Amino acid sequence: MKLTLKIWRQESPTDRGRLVSYDMPDAAEDMSFLELLDILNQRLIKKGERPVAFDHDCREGICGSCGFMISGVAHGPQKLTTTCQLFMRQFKDGDTIVAEPFRSRAFPVIKDLVVDRSALDKIVQAGGFISARTGSGPDGNAIPISKKNADLSMDAAACIGCGACVAACPNGSAMLFTAAKISHLGLLPQGQPERKQRALRMVTKMQELGFGACSNHGECEAVCPKGISIDFIARLNRDYMVASALETMEPVKKV
Amino acid sequence: MARAMTFYSTTVGKKVVMAATGVLLVLFLIGHMLGNLQIFIGAERLNAYAHFLKSTGELLWGVRIVMLAAILLHILAAVQITLANWKARPVGYAMKKDIETGYAARTMIVSGPLILLYVIYHLMMFTFLQTPQGLSDTDVYGNVVKAFQQPGISAVYIVAMLVLGFHLYHGIWSMLQTLGINHPKLNRLRRIASAVLAILLAAGYISIPVSVLLGIVH
Ligand code: HEM
Ligand code: SF4
Ligand code: FES
Repeated sequence: MKLTLKIWRQESPTDRGRLVSYDMPDAAEDMSFLELLDILNQRLIKKGERPVAFDHDCREGICGSCGFMISGVAHGPQKLTTTCQLFMRQFKDGDTIVAEPFRSRAFPVIKDLVVDRSALDKIVQAGGFISARTGSGPDGNAIPISKKNADLSMDAAACIGCGACVAACPNGSAMLFTAAKISHLGLLPQGQPERKQRALRMVTKMQELGFGACSNHGECEAVCPKGISIDFIARLNRDYMVASALETMEPVKKV
Repeated sequence: MARAMTFYSTTVGKKVVMAATGVLLVLFLIGHMLGNLQIFIGAERLNAYAHFLKSTGELLWGVRIVMLAAILLHILAAVQITLANWKARPVGYAMKKDIETGYAARTMIVSGPLILLYVIYHLMMFTFLQTPQGLSDTDVYGNVVKAFQQPGISAVYIVAMLVLGFHLYHGIWSMLQTLGINHPKLNRLRRIASAVLAILLAAGYISIPVSVLLGIVH
């Protein structure tokens, strides 16, 4: 199949950047999007041009490294799918596809399609942990957890931190990501001791990093490759309200 | 106090303030609409109701002050949040598709200020009687009829109520979500209930100028 790629090329964080067109006359339906870029890059290298920079690691949809905007949708047109798992059969012969980096103040572009998503790590560092006893693991089923909460917690824990939610949100908000992390721990007994401080710290950090607010547009859930539900955002709001009423935020104790 | 300031310093805190003031404003809209619809019972009933409201004195002022505070807080949070949201994406996309969001949700910062302009116009006309039509202090029914018989005034009211309906179509469900009022089984219902209430409110208010224009109320 014949495709035209319009790819965002940006030399450095300070370069202004521009869309550049590339003809791909021999794309195959069974190629993944990243494989198509691999082929393009081989050609660019042969011609002595700089290859397109993009993030990737597992290429099987589980690590959260890959991801950019594909014709206006984070991770492209297929639901519940990361960029690495998107295959060219989702497109038609003759299509023009626009590839742009995720955009947010908190995600500065490093090069081409690569953005710095360490802001998400900083949100987790602010409160996405529990105080666990070290040593041997506890006995299985020593702490009873209801099936409902175990399932919900697992749903939240499926977040791979790809940042598509931020990219898709008209406000560049990291609420879905943060809500997933807060809920994943807050639904389990092990997450209870720090539950209130976690909500205060992670929400405050999100604010400091320059992410926008949640206007309940629902764009995040629509593009999330792991189907994280905005129900978790309602849960975050509840946790934050309760925490604000009962506790004052304390700095994380360094040990 | 310090805790309240910290709470408000985050976007989540500001949204909760918007949603809480939104609850007050929506409750007021429901009450105000039910009060106004008494116009269909007749002049005596509406004028008696207006007289009753004025006779409550301090209570009326209490409600007025709470509503004023609610709308000021709502606007403050709305403006701060919108500015923060615009700053959060300094470089836009060459191509961006909306999948889930809609027109009403995307234009909250347009429908909101339009409502504000309308509220000022409305209060000037019917509460402070600062309009050239020579409205009376006691005959509320007559005032309403006199005003709405002018198609221009009716048109402003009808358009304003459509805008309000848009604001609430997204606003009511958004308010429930912001306040964490959700349940997996009820979430679809939340959207439907929000749309129904928005339509009922807009239709209820619009029925008055339309009925005057059609001569049903005279
Ligand atoms: C009768 C008057 C009004 C009512 C009943 C009302 C109601 C609401 C409600 C229920 C929400 C949803 C809150 C949430 O999601 O937490 C909302 C959001 C909003 N309101 Fe109003 N509102 C009114 C007037 C205004 C005015 C005068 C403005 C002017 C600036 C305004 C601007 C906004 C904005 C920008 C949002 C969306 C904020 C966001 O989520 O990004 N509203 N309104
Ligand atoms: S919530 Fe979904 S879209 Fe957002 S970072 Fe996690 S996996 Fe990616
Ligand atoms: S490369 Fe790991 S999820 Fe796509």
